Amino acid sequence: MQQTRSVELGTGLFVFLGVAALFFLTTQTTGSDGFSASDSFKVTARFENIGSLKNRAPVAMSGVTIGRVTSIAFDPERLQATVSFAIDSKYARIPDDSDASILTSGLLGSQYIGLQAGGSDLYLQDGSEIQFTQSAVVLENLISKYLFNSGSGSSE
Amino acid sequence: MLKNLYYEFKEFLRQFGALQIFFLRLLKNSPRVLFRRFGLVVQQVYNAGALSLVIIMVCGVFVGGVLGLQGYANLARFNAADSVGAFTAFALLKELGPVITALLFAGRAGTALASEIGLMKATDQLAAMEMMAINPIRRVFVPRFLGGAISMPLLAAVFSAVGLFGAHIVAVNLLGVDSGAFWQQMQAGLDPSDVYEGIVKSVVFGIVASLIAVWEGYNAIPTAEGVGRATTRTVVITAICVLILDFMITAVAI
Repeated sequence: MQQTRSVELGTGLFVFLGVAALFFLTTQTTGSDGFSASDSFKVTARFENIGSLKNRAPVAMSGVTIGRVTSIAFDPERLQATVSFAIDSKYARIPDDSDASILTSGLLGSQYIGLQAGGSDLYLQDGSEIQFTQSAVVLENLISKYLFNSGSGSSE
Repeated sequence: MLKNLYYEFKEFLRQFGALQIFFLRLLKNSPRVLFRRFGLVVQQVYNAGALSLVIIMVCGVFVGGVLGLQGYANLARFNAADSVGAFTAFALLKELGPVITALLFAGRAGTALASEIGLMKATDQLAAMEMMAINPIRRVFVPRFLGGAISMPLLAAVFSAVGLFGAHIVAVNLLGVDSGAFWQQMQAGLDPSDVYEGIVKSVVFGIVASLIAVWEGYNAIPTAEGVGRATTRTVVITAICVLILDFMITAVAI
């Protein structure tokens, strides 16, 4: 009897683990966010063009990750992208005139939001919006600008 | 010489046909065993699956870890070390997870099945069952086949999941890739169809590996040497079939 019980327990454990692994793989659950809603505050910013920024992309200041992108939406009235991100409450003293730009880590790396500190005495709080933003650099635009400029330069 | 080759080929075809008939007999008896003798199947899931869990998990962690190392070393040259998550997930879910699990499964569970059945045959236990009007197909072969076929996809899923954690440990905790970027790049790069491809592969490999193990045991020459040879043949034939099928499934999926 004891023998059967241990076999049943082992089988149950194995099947449970297997199904849990299958579930994890199919849904790609992510449990290592590091930022919970309780100890972070939410800030939004509007961009003309977000490039290929994705949810959960890092928000960095001076190269240090201080938050994560939580949602990306299109605002149909202002025809701009609204990006909201959560910043760790440890970094609550960020001037409210700081500017946000979408940067790329490396040539082929993923895109992230870089914050550049401003000089204001007031700080960003939960729900505030960053006024100064800079869109993602789209490679095609850069190339066309370069071609256009060099074209006009040679005609002069 | 030519005549010899002809007989060899004919013998191969005969064996192949016998294997198909054996497979159909297993399938025909499967529903009955699954519903009436479920306990036997559970016992075999334990033997083939639960007892293989340790080797699968240990190998999974290290295969994932080495993928993390290699991926990081090569992707860092292009400043794309963030993509290491996507790279490992692709490699593990689509190829390495099902294939390495099938090879380990053949070594751990397949050999055990083949030698167990071969020994039953060598010691006339199968004949004794028939004397007692017990159908050895239902009592011995089908539960072992089903146990293996059920265990293998679950083992492959465990292998891939554990491998991802191994890669995460190496890439994020040791080499300093951003954890969010690791998962985000993986989710952005991976399609649900990639996951399904891996699952289809592991199901097919499970059926093939279990069938070959049971067949080799059933077909073993009932001597000590014959059982040993059947065990070896199980590993060799499973490895060949799994790798050929892997190529074929990938070619169809792409």
